[in-house]
Amino acid sequence: MNAPLAGYNFAYLDEATKRMLRRTILKAVAVPGHQIPFGAREMPLPYGWGTGGIQVTAAILGPADTLKVIDQGADDTTNAISIRRFFTRVAGVATTERTEEATIIQTRHRIPEAALREDQILVYQVPQPEPLSKLEPRRAETKRLHALADYGLMHVRLYEDIARLGHIAKAYDYPVMVNGRYLMSPSPIPAFDNPKMHRMAALQLFGAGREKRIYAIPPYTEVRSLDFEDHPFRPIRAPQACALCGSRESYLDEVITDDRGGRVFVCSDTDYCGTRVAAQKGVA
Amino acid sequence: MLTPGFADPVLHAQAAFRAVLDAMSRPGRVQLAGPGLAPPAPLMRASAAVLLSLADAATPVWHDAGADADAWLRFHAGAPVATTPRDAAFVLATGAPPTLAALDAGTEEEPERGATLLIQVEAIEEGTGLRLTGPGIEHEHRLLVRGLPDGFVAAWAANRALFPRGVDVILCAWDRLAALPRTVAIAEG
Amino acid sequence: MYVAVKGGERAISAAHAWLDETRRGDPAVPELTVAQIEQQMGLAVDRVMAEGSCHDRFLAALAIKQAKGDLIEAAFLLRAYRTTLPRFGASEPLDTGAMRLRRRISATYKDLPGGQVLGPTFDYTHRLLDFALAAEGAPPPAAPEAAAPVAPTPRVTELLAREGLMQREAAEPGEPGDLTRQPLTFPAPRDVRLQNLARGDEGFVLALGYSTQRGYGGNHPFVGEIRVGHVTVEFTPPELGFPIEIGEIGITECQMVNQFKGSRTEPPQFTRGYGLVFGHGERRAMSMALVDRALRSAELGEDVTAPAQDQEFVLYHSDNIEATGFVEHLKLPHYVDFQSELENLRTIRAALARDSMAEAAE
Repeated sequence: MNAPLAGYNFAYLDEATKRMLRRTILKAVAVPGHQIPFGAREMPLPYGWGTGGIQVTAAILGPADTLKVIDQGADDTTNAISIRRFFTRVAGVATTERTEEATIIQTRHRIPEAALREDQILVYQVPQPEPLSKLEPRRAETKRLHALADYGLMHVRLYEDIARLGHIAKAYDYPVMVNGRYLMSPSPIPAFDNPKMHRMAALQLFGAGREKRIYAIPPYTEVRSLDFEDHPFRPIRAPQACALCGSRESYLDEVITDDRGGRVFVCSDTDYCGTRVAAQKGVA
Repeated sequence: MLTPGFADPVLHAQAAFRAVLDAMSRPGRVQLAGPGLAPPAPLMRASAAVLLSLADAATPVWHDAGADADAWLRFHAGAPVATTPRDAAFVLATGAPPTLAALDAGTEEEPERGATLLIQVEAIEEGTGLRLTGPGIEHEHRLLVRGLPDGFVAAWAANRALFPRGVDVILCAWDRLAALPRTVAIAEG
Repeated sequence: MYVAVKGGERAISAAHAWLDETRRGDPAVPELTVAQIEQQMGLAVDRVMAEGSCHDRFLAALAIKQAKGDLIEAAFLLRAYRTTLPRFGASEPLDTGAMRLRRRISATYKDLPGGQVLGPTFDYTHRLLDFALAAEGAPPPAAPEAAAPVAPTPRVTELLAREGLMQREAAEPGEPGDLTRQPLTFPAPRDVRLQNLARGDEGFVLALGYSTQRGYGGNHPFVGEIRVGHVTVEFTPPELGFPIEIGEIGITECQMVNQFKGSRTEPPQFTRGYGLVFGHGERRAMSMALVDRALRSAELGEDVTAPAQDQEFVLYHSDNIEATGFVEHLKLPHYVDFQSELENLRTIRAALARDSMAEAAE
């Protein structure tokens, strides 16, 4: 552990703020999928760039933890680097790019391909925690709808897709029902990742800083992507294989290689891909 | 003369919180909390650690632990004392606890206002006893609790039926704790 | 063979170094000092203190320097610093009636106790670029100084209230809310609404205030009074039990007098729209007062139809630190989501193509 930044508390936040966050997180675990308003603080990183996830991580992080930060599945994207640097600076914790070495993984827009374990916590950065926000912008009203478990608006929205296009057109931030009670935004992960949330062994925590909401999914909890009996949920990925590791199971990024239509597909999860490439080299 | 609180208020509070978070995320699994603490009787180390790490001026606490514990908690946590259990965010029972129905269960819109009840018991042990199922539990967790208040399991069923409203419980036995979030179903073994 | 892009860490460091270099500009030009900004860019400092929610001229000036003059960025720096400061409690209410005035004007009375004090204002200047300022030179001659007024300067709204023509507002019990500690809930109480507007984006609050004048929720406002000056801040430490002076701050207060046609329980009378901001910020204080009055529509039994009367719309979108963060976050990578949309679109188009082929074959 490096010495944390002088003049700031461990993990940046003061202890009273951490207690507030910790109480909120515990209640979030006790009421899976329910968004809890919290007194989000103004962080030294901009709103929309992960301030919610950063506050959750700062509240749970300890010197025994090893932190991994990914954005779009990759550890070396600029915002992931910036957040990882922040925690190195203010908490001096160990960081890693290896999914299996991490105890806390903060993520934006992806769930790692490797199955997470019981001793890991996945912290999501959430831009818009309210799954109904595009259908009903008023928070006073959506709060009431959640209290009544009245999710008709969302069912109608999805059914309109089916009527118009033959299937549900939501490709990311695809709404889920948690423990059969709360409609929840999984954050803008691709729908491909939704099934990983279902009965995940790791605790999943969600932080929305600008919207000032925290919510959670305890381990081994039912998480169902909304669908209809005759139109079951089906996650999609590009049908190609990864150009680096050959995976046909992982989620792929499309990379344009020239201006004549040339493109390759590579894994978005850089650790998953790198691990496979290393193993293949080891065999060869 | 007051005994000290956390020797390292920042890192020990973090460790105690993680124990509670693990406990709440995996109902019935036993965690250790508060090693090194020496709270005044009848406060146990685990319950003292939970309150030190979570309670403060923003959370009224109700307890039955007497004057020494009161002075200790006021000094180290700075939490206001609630006049009745219903007004409390945290309720600590060292003797017979108030009934679950006597605590704040939150509202349908704000179930997070539901209280956290700490019950000090004689012992908690994984592997036998109560059968727990629900979120946080892969198949079934078993938890043996010595000193559980009479009628708790029946009262718990009523609490669980309120979901998403409800009270969350942390069982503390010396330096061990286990949690029962309002989602957990309890059947007698 | 495709090789994945790497080097984000190095790119960030290099970008920060370049930013530092561009901040300084041409080293042949003398460097700005924080004191120069504080003294000579005073209104920018005031705006940053208001939107940064922190009354500290030095820190605001430093933030402006660090932000290369981007005032929203400067307010963001100040806010992020403010979060790390311990909170001791709430001060006693400011007594703006006892303000040491630099400026005090009323649009509702030609003359009134305490008089009209024009003060250092752009009003009535002709907006002609002054090329003399481009040539640095001796400071301007001192402005003529009037004798300090001896008579008290009562607030215009108080004069009206004594006559029963201005609605009296009851003091709300307890400490005012603080939305930097507690998230907004709706309906939001007036103290929290005022806090939100006082630190809201000047352009946003200005536009909303303007919209009320153009018929979107207006209430025929008159500037009862604008006063600019300094007030003493008092704080009662719990261990003392009586208030002590802890300092002095510069503020601008605007009280708008608005019509109210009365209701079943209240006779027709004037109602108040209130604006109070750090530093010298008349535009901000006036806009705030207009929007404050518009946001009172619901409690005064008026129809809520216009944007400026809509609490959720106004209060959720007034904060420029939140807004700039979320607008600008769109430049962060979104390629995972975009990829899912691409595949989605390809799937839909492939299905449509199959359908039309099948139709053609029939």
